[in-house]
Amino acid sequence: MFPFAFEWVPEATRYVFMGATYAVLISLIIILHYCAIRAFLDLICKKDDHNSHH
Amino acid sequence: MDSASAPFDSALFPEGTKRCQFKWFLFWVAVLHGPLMIGVIAALMCWGLALNVTYLNNNYPFGLWIAADLGIIALGAGAFFTGFLRYIVNIEELKNIVNYAVVIGVICYATAQGILGVDIGQPLRGWFIFWHANVHSMLTEVAFCITCYFMVLCIEYFPLILENRQINRLGFFHGMAHHLHEAMPTIAAIGVFLSFFHQGSLGGVPGVLYGRPFAFREGFLVWPWTFFLFVLSAIACGPCFTILITWITEKCAGKRLVKRNVIDILAKISGRLLVVYLILKTLDTVYWVAIAGKVGAPFSSFYANQPYGYWVLITELGIFGVIPALILLSAKARQIENVLIIACILNCAGIFMNRWIMTVQSLAVPVMSFDKFVSYHPNWVEYASTFMFVWAGAIVIMLSYRYLPIFPQEKELNPL
Amino acid sequence: MKEVHHEAEEHHGAHKKTYKYGMVVDLDKCTGCGACMVACMAENNLPFRKDNSDRVRSQLWMRVYKISNGRPFPDTDISYIPRPCQHCEGSGHHHTPCVSVCPATATDYSHETGIVSQVYTRCFGCRYCMAACPYHVRVFNWWDPTWPKGMEKYLNPDVSVRMRGVVEKCSFCYHRYQRAKNKAYAEGRRELHEDEYQTACTQACPAGAITFGDLNNPEHKVHKLKKSRYAFRLLEKLGTNPKVYYVSTRDWVRKAGKAYAGEEAKGVTHVTHA
Repeated sequence: MFPFAFEWVPEATRYVFMGATYAVLISLIIILHYCAIRAFLDLICKKDDHNSHH
Repeated sequence: MDSASAPFDSALFPEGTKRCQFKWFLFWVAVLHGPLMIGVIAALMCWGLALNVTYLNNNYPFGLWIAADLGIIALGAGAFFTGFLRYIVNIEELKNIVNYAVVIGVICYATAQGILGVDIGQPLRGWFIFWHANVHSMLTEVAFCITCYFMVLCIEYFPLILENRQINRLGFFHGMAHHLHEAMPTIAAIGVFLSFFHQGSLGGVPGVLYGRPFAFREGFLVWPWTFFLFVLSAIACGPCFTILITWITEKCAGKRLVKRNVIDILAKISGRLLVVYLILKTLDTVYWVAIAGKVGAPFSSFYANQPYGYWVLITELGIFGVIPALILLSAKARQIENVLIIACILNCAGIFMNRWIMTVQSLAVPVMSFDKFVSYHPNWVEYASTFMFVWAGAIVIMLSYRYLPIFPQEKELNPL
Repeated sequence: MKEVHHEAEEHHGAHKKTYKYGMVVDLDKCTGCGACMVACMAENNLPFRKDNSDRVRSQLWMRVYKISNGRPFPDTDISYIPRPCQHCEGSGHHHTPCVSVCPATATDYSHETGIVSQVYTRCFGCRYCMAACPYHVRVFNWWDPTWPKGMEKYLNPDVSVRMRGVVEKCSFCYHRYQRAKNKAYAEGRRELHEDEYQTACTQACPAGAITFGDLNNPEHKVHKLKKSRYAFRLLEKLGTNPKVYYVSTRDWVRKAGKAYAGEEAKGVTHVTHA
């Protein structure tokens, strides 16, 4: 599954297949983290707004 | 509704909606646990006593489980296709049904993976398909894409949970749901990419078996024609399955949840895709007869043994193909609810039948001349462990409908 | 897929000698006694149950089929067809049917020996290979093996016992190849003599119907036998390129062997024996 695994064969099909898999997984992880971080930042900004008003 | 008669969990209901008393909800969930438990017992038997408890054998290594797997994924294609139509083609009205399509998709894909967990001989080694992947095998492509797509579906389902009335009050979850909705077109696009490949490679599973002339097809590069036919048939029946489940839900809930024009859009698209599929499938059938003849397998041998007679071909393409296509193409017929539902049932049945044919009938057809035809039918263990997920799925739908804002038009259609 | 084979050839072909172990079965000599089946079961630790009559559930790596020409007396004729794993090589852009479909690389075609191996500890029992094989050579462990009391001591220590949920098949007694190789290495040579590596079924056959050896080696009997004008392979037109050749001077037997269900084999009845 990974290039460091003992049975990795350096061939085109494997690079395309695994490359696409890694790309999808990394994209999904990035999207989730992005949304969580944005939500967290929104929360902090809102709190700051509240604090500054008071 | 006054507070005296409101269900005690009404604070969790979506804004402006009415739900039944908690005791009735609990009652129906408990009723569903009956057949669910039978399925659990069947699954435990398979894991504990080994697969001899089924009616599978060396002539039929694939049976109901695999056919159901392929079928349920084809039916669950409504999730990615509705998402595609909503977020990428930008058909606005579909925003009123895309949430439910996602719920149905989650259940279908969880079912598929669950069935596989029972079907494989060594479930604890299931992860080998990832770790020791043979990238040339169609089944590897299936496993990777389905697992990744299930993650996508969970990510698409997650905002619905976050938008539960009480959970949404928490700032972080509200923000998370909001940003996930913003990212939804990207997530949907990833879903379309993954779905195209797994729907297709499920077609590739029988299509590459050149040792089985019944199943084998030539194709484009490494992908047999069944790859493309499976994608097409999945998107032709997926929306119909969504319509069917929505209709059943409306009947159980006793109210309209989606406006008819939304249903009509899905039905119309489904009908047109079904026609395209039937034309290509007919061409493929003709071509298939020619290829099989080239390697010496007479077409007549494919339908020589009952119950796999010529009636199978006529039923799959005619009764379950042409008839629903004609109904779905007709605007007038689509307006008559019962006729539309019959068309949806026939369409879905036809695609499910196609999956059975490509897996089980492929194995039924003897190849060597001195091979005896052996018949197969599933036993209660296989039926119970397959349907277990249907009952579990129904419970998930009940929970989702009760507490999550799945249907944006529900409030408008059912003012309090 | 083609690239994989090419690389393997580069690794093995240039520096290491490759073999193509195969079999020639003389159907005119086979009496259907079943000694090959019994020898195979004993050699390879095949499990069995009290009632093994359900042929679609029982495990046989070598299986003897019985066919008849379907003619009435006095023209009735029968033949027996012992069928081990065919160890298909594939041809053109088709590779070994079972190897290309295994999702966990639990089966592999060896370019060194021509033998299709099965890795029991990696197989997770998806049974896709069983669907791919047109010869029904692959069997599944529907049960865990149980041995009559005391029989564990009689098991062959060179062959792994398989647990439930994995697929198995004839390996051309690969453990015997390993043994022979070890012995040859110990004696300081690399080449094996023809009689140093023989499968259990070959040695058990009382009629001498089965011949086993390196199909590429002109000194081995199989090399000449496979070239006989009466030689054929099962389902030849499919393109599986199997390594098991059958020889019969009887036309109807050759027709039955090469044909498909329902095709030229008209009149051939399919009676499955054993």
